[in-house]
Amino acid sequence: MIAEIRGSFLSVALVLAFAPVPVRAQDNSDCLDCHADRDMTVKHEGRTVSLYVADKALGASIHGGMPCVSCHAALKGTDLPHATPVAAVVCGSCHAEEQKQYVTSLHGKAAGRGDPLAPRCWSCHGSHDISAVKDSRSAVAPLKIPFLCGRCHQENSPVMRQLDIKDDRILENYSESIHGEGLLKKGLIVAPSCASCHGAHRILAPNDPASSIARRNIATTCTKCHAQIEQVHRKIIRGELWEKQAHVLPACTDCHPPHKIRKVAYDQGSADADCLRCHQSPDLKSKDGRSMFVSVDTLGGSRHLRIPCTQCHTEVDVAHTRPCDAVTRPVDCTSCHAEIGQLFATSTHGQLLSRGDPNAPTCKECHGRHEVKGKLNSASATFPTNVPNLCARCHREGERAAMRYQGPERTIIESYVESIHGKGLLKGGLTVTATCTSCHTPHHVLPRTDPASSVNRANVPATCGTCHHGVQETFEQSIHSTLANKTDKPLPVCNDCHTSHQITRADAEGFMLEIMNKCGRCHEDVAKSYFDTYHGKVSQLGYTKTAKCYDCHGAHDIQRVEDPRSHLSRANVVQTCQKCHAGATRRFAGYLTHATHHDPKKYPILFVVFWAMTLLLLGTLVVGGLHTLLWIPRSLAWRREVKEALAAEERSAAAAAAGKTPGGESVK
Amino acid sequence: MTNDTVSSPAAARPAAGPLQFQRFSPLHRRLHVLMIISFLLLATTGLTLKFSYTSWAGGVSRFLGGFESAGLIHRLAAILMVGVFLTHVFDLLRLRRTKYPSWKALIFGPNSTMFSRRDLTEFIGSLKWFLGRGPRPHFGRWTYWEKFDYFAVFWGIFVIGSTGLTLWFPIFFTRFLPGWALNVATIVHSDEALLATGFIFTVHFFNTHLRPEKFPMDTVIFTGSMPLEEFKRDKPDEYEALVASGELQSHLVEPTPAVVMRAIRIFGTTALVIGFGIVIWIVYAMLFAYR
Repeated sequence: MIAEIRGSFLSVALVLAFAPVPVRAQDNSDCLDCHADRDMTVKHEGRTVSLYVADKALGASIHGGMPCVSCHAALKGTDLPHATPVAAVVCGSCHAEEQKQYVTSLHGKAAGRGDPLAPRCWSCHGSHDISAVKDSRSAVAPLKIPFLCGRCHQENSPVMRQLDIKDDRILENYSESIHGEGLLKKGLIVAPSCASCHGAHRILAPNDPASSIARRNIATTCTKCHAQIEQVHRKIIRGELWEKQAHVLPACTDCHPPHKIRKVAYDQGSADADCLRCHQSPDLKSKDGRSMFVSVDTLGGSRHLRIPCTQCHTEVDVAHTRPCDAVTRPVDCTSCHAEIGQLFATSTHGQLLSRGDPNAPTCKECHGRHEVKGKLNSASATFPTNVPNLCARCHREGERAAMRYQGPERTIIESYVESIHGKGLLKGGLTVTATCTSCHTPHHVLPRTDPASSVNRANVPATCGTCHHGVQETFEQSIHSTLANKTDKPLPVCNDCHTSHQITRADAEGFMLEIMNKCGRCHEDVAKSYFDTYHGKVSQLGYTKTAKCYDCHGAHDIQRVEDPRSHLSRANVVQTCQKCHAGATRRFAGYLTHATHHDPKKYPILFVVFWAMTLLLLGTLVVGGLHTLLWIPRSLAWRREVKEALAAEERSAAAAAAGKTPGGESVK
Repeated sequence: MTNDTVSSPAAARPAAGPLQFQRFSPLHRRLHVLMIISFLLLATTGLTLKFSYTSWAGGVSRFLGGFESAGLIHRLAAILMVGVFLTHVFDLLRLRRTKYPSWKALIFGPNSTMFSRRDLTEFIGSLKWFLGRGPRPHFGRWTYWEKFDYFAVFWGIFVIGSTGLTLWFPIFFTRFLPGWALNVATIVHSDEALLATGFIFTVHFFNTHLRPEKFPMDTVIFTGSMPLEEFKRDKPDEYEALVASGELQSHLVEPTPAVVMRAIRIFGTTALVIGFGIVIWIVYAMLFAYR
């Protein structure tokens, strides 16, 4: 059955191929028989339309050599002269993709509505003289595009008058813009023309999400040419964030107004004067009563002086009578300070803020608003010498943050002010001295328990090392560093010995005495035995002249005693003793600095000597004491006897005296 | 300490009393005073180190001008004490030359501080007396406890002095001693010192000053003389020997003037109080704060 159908199909095809054609196919010459006449016109909708086709132009066009009927398909096979009106040419029969785009475009839709102003393919490309875009003669050659579009989109054109197009003086502005200048004055055909941003066939309204100039697509459109623009703006735009969160971040056109794109346009604060027209009034209040006054004086000293209002107060819509009534969101500093914004968001401050904590600080809490100044400005709250006071606003004892904080550090601000850092900063005026933000970072403030915190144990050496770099290098070689010592036991970091907020000079007496207790927290036994020896006893009396832990063991470069690098290694110990004991010998260095007489295994001689001495002491005192105790009652009795004897003697002497000399001469 | 009454005529001076027996020579009295001063200084400065863990130690050390100053005082006092010791030794040499024909006569004579068989009998006799089983022994010039005190000083000077010298010049001594000898010297020096202070401030204080018959103190070591009656009771054997040989008169002197007595009592009381203070400190440090 299939073979039967196939057979019949084949026979029909053969008939068609060889049968005589009933109507002869028109040659171009046939068409030109009439249309070569320059005076051939037709009345169409009241206008006189020329029907002349210049043979030469047609031949030179990109469609030259193509039969007329391939475009004017409706006339194919018709008898000449053909009937009028003729159906419109459908370019889409060949240019299907462009046709599809055009149909969905503003232009195409307008055409579909029958809008007489709507441009058709030939409005731009021309008809019989059509040439390739690359052909400089083409009406759509880059250099000609502004003029081409400008035919309709110039001031006071019907299009501009009748349609709701917000931008004005488009052509004029464009021609003055850096793009227009490049294209039109410098003849750079790579400079963007209208079609570069708006597209050629699929021109859409800016509020159409599919439009190449829709807010969310602007970045993509601009980066077609400005491929490196992200690096140029990397402080402002973090990678794809620009494209993904176009509603949060400014679009290119917020700073670089479309059609007016000039290098300096955004520097000049295009509309600041407009904003100030209202906001310089001290009485200006918001609906909820907040003052909306912006003092020119404060702005004057501000680091953002040259930043236009609208760069921070985004969403301003110049099409509105009150451009700022389009504003729905508060100022988002991260639109420019994106890196900082991300750090802040992960910090304790940022986390509290995102949880809606009313005490959480925002950018303006520390940096101020319009008066924002850089940290290098001594009038700024973020200038180093002002930072402690800034943080103190919340972190001083009794303030909001200090009440929330449950950790071990107390009187943080007060201690800091008395610390070496605080004194250096506030009394010495050394602006390079560590202040709160030097250790805690300004924006990535996290509790020390957080592994990402700059004051987390793991990060403390590096944090202190930003200033004390040499110490960090030494410390990281030492037995106390996790880099050099792979132990499970907890190892100390800077603040375990130096404290965090009470840091004093290491040559301050208090520090030198306190450090022995610090070492003793981990090295309990040796600290105890240290205090049994001369060095320790003197230290304990409160004097710093005798050797303390670090005098012998070293401080940041501490190593195991067995380590050849140790100050107490066999090669170094004598020299270490000689630091204080000039002339010390190897034998002298044999003094047991951590000796205790309580350990018979480690120090048998000392143990024996101590107990021999103790037994001697006890023996002597017991014998002497017993002798004395036995003596006391007898001695009391003896005293009584002596007194009685003395009294008796006196009586007898008195009696004798009275008997001898009744006259009463006193005798002693 | 000597009597100086040039300005007051002898007649106007109130009679101090009958003549007294001179027990100690001026040299002995001065040596004892210097001994007290050096001993108290040594004990106080030394114990601040030994008991550095007590809060008192820090205070005492600061009072003395810091550990270095305390150390200097300790060394000066040590020199003083060794000086006292050497002076006594030289005095013995002089005595041997001037009053004794031979060392044997000096050392083993009746008035010697050297222990003899008699001391054993007197010691046993004393124990019997304490227990009410016999009379008070017929003591001579030196009782056995006085002799013990005397030789304790010899022992102490030797033990504490030698170890102290080692600790004073550790670099020199470690030229021929091992380093740990300094640790041993520390223990010996400190524990022997503890024994010395403990013994002097309790047993010696009681035996000599605080026992009821002498309470509150026996001033004979300062004045040098004691009432004849007391001497007769205390050292009957010596008294009888002096009476028998007829030498008693040559040992009798004027009693010490009242004003000197007052100074002596003030000095003695101060020394006693410091001594007791140290004993309390030791007891506190050993029993309540030991580590």
